Amino acid sequence: MFWHQEMETLARPALESLQLERLRDTVRRLERVPFYRAKFRESGVTPEAIKSAADIRRLPFTTAADLRENYPDKLLAIPRDEVMRLHTTSGSTGKPKAVFFSKRDVDTAADLIARALCMTGVTRRDVFQNMMSYGLFTGGLVMHYGAEKVGCMVIPAGPGTSERQLLLMQDFGTSVIHILPSYALYFADFLEKKGVDPRKSLALRKAFVGAEAHTEETKRKIEAALGLDVYNSYGLTEMNGPGVAFECEGKCGMHLWEDNFVLEIINPKTCEPAGEGETGELVLTSINREAMPLLRYRTRDLTSLISEPCPCGRTHRRIRRITGRSDDMLIVRGVNIFPQQIERVLMAMPQIGRNYLILLEGLDEMTVKVELSPAAFDGEVGHVADLQNEVAEKLRAELWLRPKVDLVASGSLPIAEGKAKRVIDRRSL
Amino acid sequence: MNTVKLLAVFAENRPGQAARVTGILARANINIRCVTVASSGTFGVMKLLVNDPDLACSTLQHEGFAATLTDVIAVEMPDKPGALHSVAECLADHDINLANTSGFVANNRAILVVEVQDSTRAGDILKEHGFHVLTQEETMAV
Repeated sequence: MFWHQEMETLARPALESLQLERLRDTVRRLERVPFYRAKFRESGVTPEAIKSAADIRRLPFTTAADLRENYPDKLLAIPRDEVMRLHTTSGSTGKPKAVFFSKRDVDTAADLIARALCMTGVTRRDVFQNMMSYGLFTGGLVMHYGAEKVGCMVIPAGPGTSERQLLLMQDFGTSVIHILPSYALYFADFLEKKGVDPRKSLALRKAFVGAEAHTEETKRKIEAALGLDVYNSYGLTEMNGPGVAFECEGKCGMHLWEDNFVLEIINPKTCEPAGEGETGELVLTSINREAMPLLRYRTRDLTSLISEPCPCGRTHRRIRRITGRSDDMLIVRGVNIFPQQIERVLMAMPQIGRNYLILLEGLDEMTVKVELSPAAFDGEVGHVADLQNEVAEKLRAELWLRPKVDLVASGSLPIAEGKAKRVIDRRSL
Repeated sequence: MNTVKLLAVFAENRPGQAARVTGILARANINIRCVTVASSGTFGVMKLLVNDPDLACSTLQHEGFAATLTDVIAVEMPDKPGALHSVAECLADHDINLANTSGFVANNRAILVVEVQDSTRAGDILKEHGFHVLTQEETMAV
């Protein structure tokens, strides 16, 4: 199903010329922003100089640090009284990043969500329970507006209080949820403990998960535990929030809406374009935003491009699952490790639970804490010790470094309220 | 029935974990006859002989513990030198390997709790050789 079939299936040449036109227009509008004006002067770039898609490389990068330095409103490209909404990032690493929306931006963001929901078969008959945090986090309101646009009945449940979530699902026949992957795993555990079989007593059929990088194994675990289809989604506050890229029914890579964003994948060290299909950092330029367009924004998210056409007919290219953030990488005893590598190993083992914690302590000691699944316990201390060794051995094979593994009781690891915090670094290096 | 159910609970090896288990059992009015703890670094397994193993196990599971029941044999021995040897020898004669074993003495009676591969068969053999193999109720009445 299509929300905006013409745009979603626009032939590549037409799509690319639309991109070029919008990019040029964006550069023109950004000349009002002192930060960009200074950069353009420095490099001598003018809107007229953008003649082909490749010319985007003549434009400056924008980084997270630039957004923080220009906090609160120095990157605003429209008069303040035309701003209709403000969202910010969590600011966990210092000053938050402020992102503004005009009236048209709010509508466009909702439109992109509507496209995404539609392409997985969500209709106005669906009941959409948004279990993401409302407030400054875009996962709440932006998704909410999109689901309303489709015509779903939207339940702004927010996260947490699983008892109440379940009650809403039962009483109002929730069929679609939007949820953090870590919370989906926790919620599945909660249902299991309550003795609720979601296949029998709930009407759930689809889940949109996002806002946290997660693995294919995690996705499959959520699908199996909740008995529904999980669709991966990608977005970031700086680019409207959710709705930048979503999976279609094929569930094979996320279509990135190229009429709204110009995508590049670069080698984060050299800043040169990554090779065909090669993993690199995703760089996005918003070409259809009014309040605060950003040029070549360094997302820090690592992915690769699928250039082959998708059987669904959409011409917007797909990106693969985010494999990590270039700044998530841990260096332990000289080895580069992404938390997702650990997650992939753990999620493929049914004997252990869904929650985990990576602890870095002392002089580069890595401990992975995982919960023993009650169903896997047969009373034999030796078997538990064997399992602990097996986890450590599988991790060693994946990481080339053998971490210490601690099996802990089910439910004893902390549950995240918002984005899950999986790594605690207390090293005294 | 010549086997009894032994409760096994997974617990992390840190202060307060055993107390949590025993606290939950106490509130469920479970009587404990015998307990052993086998620890392996960061975790341990507590094994308990209790009056109502099914209730004890489901109560602990409800509280989120990994708990399970295993079949073992409880055999009575005279409280005198050579008694354990006679049980061990009888099982050895029939090629039965003793796994985890513990015991307790109460009211001048000595009870050996033995985990073996096939507890029903081991119980039958011990009975044939004149040993008193206890039922669950009997272990609590000692």
